[in-house]
Amino acid sequence: MKRAKIYLSVLSLFLIAAPFLFEARYSQHVLILVLLYVALGSAWNILGGFAGQLSLGHAAFFGIGAYTAAVIASKTTLSPWWAMAAGPLLVLPIALLVGWICFRLRGPYFTLATIAVGEVMRLVALNWSDLTGGAVGVVIRPSIFSGTSKVPYYYIVLFIAAVTIALCHGISRRKLGYYLMAIREDEETAESIGIDTTKYKLIALAISASLTAIAGAFYANYFLFVDPTIVLPLALSVEIVLMAIIGGLGTVPGPVLGAVLLKLSSEVFRNEFAQANLLIYGALLVIVILFMPDGLIGGFRRLFRLGTRKSQRVSA
Amino acid sequence: MFLLEVKDLTKRFGGLVAVDSLSFTVSAGETVSIIGPNGAGKTTVFNLITGFYQPTRGEINFDGLNLVGSKPHRTALFGVGRTFQLVKPLRGLSVFENILVGAFARTGDRSEARRIAQDVIEFTDLSALGDALADGLPIGMRKRLELARSLATGPKLILLDEVMSGLNPTESKEAVELIRRLRDERGISAVAGVEHVMQVVMSISDRVIVLNHGRKIAEGSPSQVVGNPDVIEAYLGK
Repeated sequence: MKRAKIYLSVLSLFLIAAPFLFEARYSQHVLILVLLYVALGSAWNILGGFAGQLSLGHAAFFGIGAYTAAVIASKTTLSPWWAMAAGPLLVLPIALLVGWICFRLRGPYFTLATIAVGEVMRLVALNWSDLTGGAVGVVIRPSIFSGTSKVPYYYIVLFIAAVTIALCHGISRRKLGYYLMAIREDEETAESIGIDTTKYKLIALAISASLTAIAGAFYANYFLFVDPTIVLPLALSVEIVLMAIIGGLGTVPGPVLGAVLLKLSSEVFRNEFAQANLLIYGALLVIVILFMPDGLIGGFRRLFRLGTRKSQRVSA
Repeated sequence: MFLLEVKDLTKRFGGLVAVDSLSFTVSAGETVSIIGPNGAGKTTVFNLITGFYQPTRGEINFDGLNLVGSKPHRTALFGVGRTFQLVKPLRGLSVFENILVGAFARTGDRSEARRIAQDVIEFTDLSALGDALADGLPIGMRKRLELARSLATGPKLILLDEVMSGLNPTESKEAVELIRRLRDERGISAVAGVEHVMQVVMSISDRVIVLNHGRKIAEGSPSQVVGNPDVIEAYLGK
């Protein structure tokens, strides 16, 4: 326990000092991307990993957050940073409506329904041109941080990622976390011990979707451009899920590790191998899935026997 | 005043009447067995009482509450625990965590829940397996874990679906002993569903109800039921 605290302090110091260790704008950009995906993977993990509800529609929540910033920028005189608060507020009723409909479905049917939700959002953004600019998208004028430095953005996304991870950690140790895991393992059993499965699934979805919307609002303020192919594609939903699965479903460090590995490697491969980068990215995915079926965290635990939970088989 | 009072309970699945005008009562601190051949309707009765099925007709009153229309999780919080015929452990969680999840029904406080889980794991004699994954347990232990998880929610009544199926003689003896201690040490009522007329189960039952084709064909003390010609016919034919 003490050793974990020391590692965590060293890591925090490193993350706080990182913009000064990596002064190149490109390196800072990659760091920002990695942290954004750490937040996205961790947020998704609350619903997908803890509660076992595999959503492939999280781009919808990300897109709503991003478009909230775009609409604030184009229709009002307010700073688009307000989307960090308005995005989750807007996403909440939508997520609850989506949950109310989709949670009637289980397993693969639930996942299919979430894909539909993502596609509906993408089509709405594409066709509601008055509000969203349609396929042309929205250019956002920079506000507050009008200079060219990436450092402020780095600290903001670091904060978002840290808060998201802290929430995941808190949830995993409390009643909510145990209830979500019980729902993942067996919904009938969960009901039989007094767990309102619909209510707790909705809570998980609400938290997960809100955090994803905050990340989306940040994204719009950082890239200053939003269109349906960038913030609402199915590919984004898939990418988020892959990170959590590769890292380790339902564990707090899993999505963090997955995001770091996948985002870093995809950037490195893109620079080193040009068009071949997706080939190598794909090969990496296959290797991890084949040899570490419980994700990197599970794989490492087995390798180094770090597991806190002994999975010894009992013979009677 | 009965703890559980079932009146005229009926469940139809299309043309099949799975439970037919069944009435019975369970008093506080009483252990009742429902026996009957495979397909007699025992599991359906349990699913009706716990809210997993809605009855076609009839009343279920528990501790002054009407349970008809109550969702399974509400029923559980009212104090009706259950185990499943085909055991359903939370596979990815450890034995202790399985029990801990149950304990959270009583409290939101982590240390209080751990204390309850610790008490239950000792009562059910599962302490040595606390860290083991539920997935790897042998059947006898899994059955006991089902009971422990349910017990952690603090029930007044536990419905035990097929407590004895799949157990070897030693395990059944331990299971029967645990049910007896449930009543004697904790004052918890139990309704045990059992397929076969087993002397071991009968021996701890205050009362035995015999079901056949969804109907109650006999009720009484274990010795009364064993001698009943209808019961013998239900099991052995004419």
